Amino acid sequence: MISDPDVVALLYLVTIVCFIVALRFLSSPKHARKGNWAGGAGMLVAIATTLLLDGLGNWVLMIVGLAVGTVVGVIGARNVRMTAMPQMVAIFNGVGGGAAALVALAEWHTAIDPARDETVSVVLSALIGSISFAGSAIAFAKLQELLSGRPIVFPSQNIVNALVLLGAVALGVAAIAGVEGEWVLAALIGLALLFGVMFVLPIGGADMPVVISLLNAFTGLAASATGFVLDSTVLIVSGMLVGAAGTLLTLLMAKAMNRSVANVLFGAFGQVQTGVGGPRADDGRTVRATTPEDVAVQLSFARKVIVVPGYGMAVAQAQHDVRQLADVLEGRGVDVKYAIHPVAGRMPGHMNVLLAEANVPYTQLQEMDEINPEFPQTDVALVIGANDVTNPAARSDTGSPIYGMPILDVDKAASIVVLKRSMRPGFAGIDNELYLDPKATMLFGDAKESVLKLIAAVKSA
Amino acid sequence: MTELPLVIELTILILAAFLGFEVISKVPAMLHTPLMSGANFIHGIVIVGAILVLGRADDTFTKVAGFSALVLATANVVGGWFVTDRMLGMFKRRPEPHRGDDHGDSRGDGR
Repeated sequence: MISDPDVVALLYLVTIVCFIVALRFLSSPKHARKGNWAGGAGMLVAIATTLLLDGLGNWVLMIVGLAVGTVVGVIGARNVRMTAMPQMVAIFNGVGGGAAALVALAEWHTAIDPARDETVSVVLSALIGSISFAGSAIAFAKLQELLSGRPIVFPSQNIVNALVLLGAVALGVAAIAGVEGEWVLAALIGLALLFGVMFVLPIGGADMPVVISLLNAFTGLAASATGFVLDSTVLIVSGMLVGAAGTLLTLLMAKAMNRSVANVLFGAFGQVQTGVGGPRADDGRTVRATTPEDVAVQLSFARKVIVVPGYGMAVAQAQHDVRQLADVLEGRGVDVKYAIHPVAGRMPGHMNVLLAEANVPYTQLQEMDEINPEFPQTDVALVIGANDVTNPAARSDTGSPIYGMPILDVDKAASIVVLKRSMRPGFAGIDNELYLDPKATMLFGDAKESVLKLIAAVKSA
Repeated sequence: MTELPLVIELTILILAAFLGFEVISKVPAMLHTPLMSGANFIHGIVIVGAILVLGRADDTFTKVAGFSALVLATANVVGGWFVTDRMLGMFKRRPEPHRGDDHGDSRGDGR
């Protein structure tokens, strides 16, 4: 048993240092894994220290709880597919938020005469934790396609949502002002859960990178608030580190779409979903369909090919086949690179993880600013399941909903091949000018099947 | 745990926020998904709170809340760490010569 408070504090300090090292090592893929091990060691120190504190009981429940959580965690982590990583992160956000809210609830129930500042922390922890829990559940349902990925909207949604949040905050203020009873916090959690559901419902699939990052920040802040409740510096610091990470990613993602965070969160309202039909052909330009054989010839005799992956590649689970196609092309002396847009996919860095899983060396994965100057010297830009991030309208058409969003300069390549399931527009519901470009041809079909056909055709070309 | 004055705790919070921004702004976009799951793992630190609540619980309500919190937090810690480790293991500088060159037609597992 550890009873000296200084020893306890020092051990928790070890944990804090380990976590910071873990994040610091993420600055390069070379050391990142070691960093994660350091973080793991830090967590073990924190758990062991806490278990050895004086005056704890309920050991049967404790061991069962730890065992059940471990089994669930290991099974989940081992079996999840890399394409399902956004869902997994959403679950973990929710689970952490839920745990923080439960700790707050238990503290509220136990404490006979809580100090005023502790009540503030209990309220914050319960509020943010619950919003994160319910919001993540909806985000998960959307990503897993249990719910439609399209925005779910109803009239005066913003006003209703604001009222629900106001209600929760009012209850929090009441609790801080001294209103007693379990019902106060229970009702607060209820309203916060409802708000969590309602604030994610109207957010569409392609905006998920922002939402997941934001929920990540929320969960961190909830953990930090729990730290104030329990007077635990390790919780305060660790929670805040996560809060900072989530906030930074939220801002980066919103910037990559050239939208404010507020616009992403509340922008689904009044937005007209137009142009669900085919592309405008009224100016005489038309979309040209092509065959795998034609594309194979184009690719085989190219000097430089840039692959532009998007969510369509993830949906079709085509990442392994895309790499194989790149291998075959490289075998023929073609220079192949991958252009990664920051918001391609459903979460920050989604495409990188998929291609890493497919064993693509990370040196071939180029970020937008690096690769854009290379498109003019590129023979073929191969767009696989990406849409809005390649739309030139973002540069020129001030009326376009995505105007101002930084895009990959795919249209500057000598020729463009787009692998696409159908002519349906992307998430933003707008036509992609790129498909009408005289240099562009379309290869329709499931991304995986199309890529497999391309591999076969290149091999025989 | 040792009671610290609120002001000290707030100071620690603010410093941690700045430190977090500094450290995390150096993470390349390529590693943003592992960053998220690594952050997931780190907020699993609420497990400390869950252990304290359950360990000190006397009545059924607190026990249920503490136990649920502990299960959630443990799953968060363990799952978050393993997923991050699995993901980071995939980032390689150059391709492995022995893997994946033979899976074109035979791979029907939809992975």
